[in-house]
Amino acid sequence: MTTSDPSAPVVLDQVSVPIGGRPVLRDVDLTVRSGEVVTLLGPNGSGKSTLVRAVTGLLPHTRGTVRLFGTPIEQFRDWPRLGFVPQRSSAAGGVPATVREVVASGRVGRRRLLRPSGAADRVAVESALEVVGLVDRASYGVSQLSGGQQQRVLIARALAGEPDLLVLDEPTAGVDLPNQQALADALGRLKARGATILLVAHEIGPMMPLIDRSVVMRDGRVAYDGPPLTQEVASHTHHAHDHPADGPGSHDHVPHVASPLDFERRNRS
Amino acid sequence: MTFWDLFSLGFMQRALIAALLTGLAAPAIGTFLVQRRLALLGDGIGHVAVTGVAIGLLTGTSPTWTAVVVAVLGAVLMELIRERGHTNGDVALALLFYGGLAGGVLITGIAGEGAATLQAFLFGSLNAISVGDVWSTIVLTVVVLTVTLGLLPQLFAVASDPDFARVAGLRVRTYNLLIAVLAAVSITVAMRTVGLLLVSALMVVPVATSQQVARSFRTTLAGAMLVGCVAAVGGLVLSAALSFRVTVAPGPTIVLLALAMFTATWPLGVWLRRRSRLMAPFPEVTATPHRSTVEHPHEHGEACGHPAVPHGDHVDYVHDGHRHAVHGEHYDEH
Repeated sequence: MTTSDPSAPVVLDQVSVPIGGRPVLRDVDLTVRSGEVVTLLGPNGSGKSTLVRAVTGLLPHTRGTVRLFGTPIEQFRDWPRLGFVPQRSSAAGGVPATVREVVASGRVGRRRLLRPSGAADRVAVESALEVVGLVDRASYGVSQLSGGQQQRVLIARALAGEPDLLVLDEPTAGVDLPNQQALADALGRLKARGATILLVAHEIGPMMPLIDRSVVMRDGRVAYDGPPLTQEVASHTHHAHDHPADGPGSHDHVPHVASPLDFERRNRS
Repeated sequence: MTFWDLFSLGFMQRALIAALLTGLAAPAIGTFLVQRRLALLGDGIGHVAVTGVAIGLLTGTSPTWTAVVVAVLGAVLMELIRERGHTNGDVALALLFYGGLAGGVLITGIAGEGAATLQAFLFGSLNAISVGDVWSTIVLTVVVLTVTLGLLPQLFAVASDPDFARVAGLRVRTYNLLIAVLAAVSITVAMRTVGLLLVSALMVVPVATSQQVARSFRTTLAGAMLVGCVAAVGGLVLSAALSFRVTVAPGPTIVLLALAMFTATWPLGVWLRRRSRLMAPFPEVTATPHRSTVEHPHEHGEACGHPAVPHGDHVDYVHDGHRHAVHGEHYDEH
C-alpha cells in the first residue's frame, strides 16, 4: 500500500510493540512522507498512542523496524529534528511557570550544557509563540490559560526546537471550538512551511482541510490507510482497504466484520 | 553578655554560615521536587539518612559522610522504584520512611548511644558545628547550587514533562537520579541546621511561600532561596535572642519562621489568583445575537470599580452577573 521511501521522516515496517509482555501493536506498516499531514484515528485502546510512543522512542518495539529520517530508531541521535506534543491535559507543573518559560524549554534538545540561551534560542521561541498566536500571553503563567490555550503552549514548545517532523498525541482532546480553530490555523501555517505532521486525533473538526491521509487503527493493527476520513466515517470503516481508490463518500455504513484473514489478504496483495 | 556579643562567638559565626548555606541550597533543589510533585521526597530521604547517621555512630566515622552515602543510596533506590512503577510513588516513600527511621534507632542502640546523641541529628544542633563541618557544608552547597542553577533548563524540562524531555534527546533517568542525589546531599547539608526530621520543611515551605506571589519558575526559585535564607538566618538569630529567657532550639524556630512567612503571603496569593481569574479575557465567539441593555443608570469607565475584562477588541464591564460592552450611546449585553 505505502510506497516505502527509506529516507521518509517515519517508516514503520512490520512493527510489533508489547506493553508489559502483551503484544499491543502487531505488524504495523506506516510511512509518513516528507511534507505530509497524516492523522491517526481509531477508538480508545486501538493503539494510536502506543504507535506514537513507538515512533518517538518512548516504547521499544520487539519486531520489525522503526526508521526516522532513514535511520533505525536504535541508532537515531538527531532528536531535535523530531518535535513531540505529548498527551497532557495541562501544561502546568507543581511550580508556576510562564508561557515563555515552558516554550523555551522546547529548546533543550538544541542547547549545550551549562551555556546561557543565545539569540537563536530567543528567535525560535518568539516565532513559535507567533505560530500558535500566543505572543500577547507570553508572560502569563501557564496555569492562568484555558485548556485549549495550554495545548497551544505545548505545541509551541515542540515548535521551539525547530523540528522537521511534528508528532502530536491528541492535541484537540477537550479543547473548545475557537481554540480548535487556532490549533488548526497553527498547523496550517506549519504545513505551508513544508512541515511533516503525524497527528493522533479524536476530533478533527477545523483541521479537516489540512489532512493529506488518514490511518485508522483497530485493535493494534492498521485497518485503513488512504484518503482523509472524518472521525465519524472512520469509526464505521472496516473494509475500506478493499477499495482504497474510493473516497470516504462511497462508504455504505453497513456494519462489517473485520477478521484477521482480511489483513492477510491485504498484505499478500 | 548582651545579644550582640553572641555574634563574636566562634560557634555562633559557624552556625550563621551553615544556616545561610542551608537556606540557599535546600529551597533550590526543593523547587524541582515541588515541580515534580514530589514534595515529600525530602522527608523520605531525611528518614533514610537517620540510618546513615547511626552507621556513623556505630563505626566511629563521621556521621555526616555516612549520612551522605546512605541518603544518596536511599534516594537512588526511591527513584528507581518510582520509575519502575511497580509501587505507587508515595507508597515507595512510605516504605523508606519507616525502614530508615527504624533502622536508625535500632543501630544507634546497638552502637551504645542514647536518644540524646541521635536527637542532635534529628532536630539539628547548630551550636555544635565544628570548623570541619562548616567546610563540608560549603563544599556541598557549592555543588548543589552549581548543578541546579547551571543545568536549570535541562532540569526544568525533565521535571515539567519527562516524556517531552526524553523525545528531545535528554537522558531523563540521569537527570532524575541527579535531582534525587542532590536532594540527598542538601538534606545532609541541612541536617546540622534544622535536623533530619524537619529538613523537608526548608525544601518545601520556601517554595510554597514564593509561589504565592511569583508567576514564573525563575522568580519562584529565586524567591524560595531568598525566603530560605531569611528563615534560616532569621530563625537562628531569633532563637539566640530568645535563649536568654527560655530554651529555644534553632531548628524548630527556623521552620516556624518559614511557615510564618508562608502564612503571611498566603492571603496575598489567594487575592492575586482570584483577581487573575476574574480578569482572564473572555473567549471570542462570533454570531451571538445583538442585545442592548435597557436604561443603564451607571456610566462605566476606567475608574468605575467594575472589572474591565478584555473580550476581543474591547472590554466587558462585569457587574451583577452581566457583561456590559460600550456600543455607541448604550451598552450591549455580552
